[in-house]
Amino acid sequence: MIYMKLFWEFFQTGLFAVGGGMATLPFLYSISDRTGWFTHQQLADMIAISESTPGAIGVNMATYSGYITAGIPGAIISTLGLITPSVIVILIVAAFLYTFKDNKYVIGTFYGLRPASAAMITAAGIVVARVTFFGGNFTNPINIKALILAVMLLIFTHAINFTKKFHPVFWIFFSAVIGIVFKY
Amino acid sequence: MKKLIELFITFAKMGAVTFGGGYAMLPILQREIVENKKWGTDEELADYYAIGQCTPGVIAVNVATFIGRKVAGNIGGIFATVGIVFPSLIIITLLAGVIQIYSSLEWVKHAFAGIRVCVCILIFNAVIKLFSKAIIDKKTLGIYILVLAGSIMFNISPVIFVILAGLSGIVLKAVSK
Repeated sequence: MIYMKLFWEFFQTGLFAVGGGMATLPFLYSISDRTGWFTHQQLADMIAISESTPGAIGVNMATYSGYITAGIPGAIISTLGLITPSVIVILIVAAFLYTFKDNKYVIGTFYGLRPASAAMITAAGIVVARVTFFGGNFTNPINIKALILAVMLLIFTHAINFTKKFHPVFWIFFSAVIGIVFKY
Repeated sequence: MKKLIELFITFAKMGAVTFGGGYAMLPILQREIVENKKWGTDEELADYYAIGQCTPGVIAVNVATFIGRKVAGNIGGIFATVGIVFPSLIIITLLAGVIQIYSSLEWVKHAFAGIRVCVCILIFNAVIKLFSKAIIDKKTLGIYILVLAGSIMFNISPVIFVILAGLSGIVLKAVSK
């Protein structure tokens, strides 16, 4: 039953991914490795599309991967899977809202969770970088064209005050155009 | 029932016009929820965000559930949540279908090769932002290094790391007092 499996995988993602859309990334890589429903390359494309379309990134990625795996029903089921734990947890938390934030166990848990989440997103980034810059294997020579674009983007998003504030969607389109013009 | 439909439509509208996820949604939520609909105050919204960040799941969804619950009880929470994800479902499903059809074209391949570079940088930038908030002392740096090494070397589900890191956080906080 692919639908049950989809729901269960995304239910876990929704329950354990803490700290926004990108936090679902390590879970999606793990799903990709274990099930083969989608490839690492498809995942990288999914991130780009989720960032350049309206809506929450985590939801967009769940919808996209569900669609690739099992069509329109798959898209609906993985999205429902992702949001079900959120809804349950929030409805429970909302009942005793103001004690939750200051609870010492909650504070301790997030003290440990935030660096772990940052680490897992870093690891997911390394996987994307391996596909993008080394064609999937670090022993391959580095892709010079990709490196040049990466350095340009880093400068634009960090060093130049005027372009720093541009929305990620702008850079995604910019990179697409560079990719087409210079045949990446 | 009228209230529920209003919740669904209001949140669907917001889901359709906000790019860039949870934080980008805040100014639009402020305008719609606080100023137009008067379903809550700025302070409440800030609280919902704080809690949305430290509860599992997507922040925008968490905030929608909160507001929906406040306006019309638990069922309201569900309507607001379904509203906010509804546009994503439609837009992404349409796009994914189109992209699968055209993905074999040369220029589409080139475009995505360029976009993937951008995705690396976006992830890198997200990590930098998160890093400065999450790694605040030697202990959190230790957790970062251990989890990074663990996720590169072993093929373990992130669920395990999340549980272990949460437990160590509680223990480390308790010990340091």
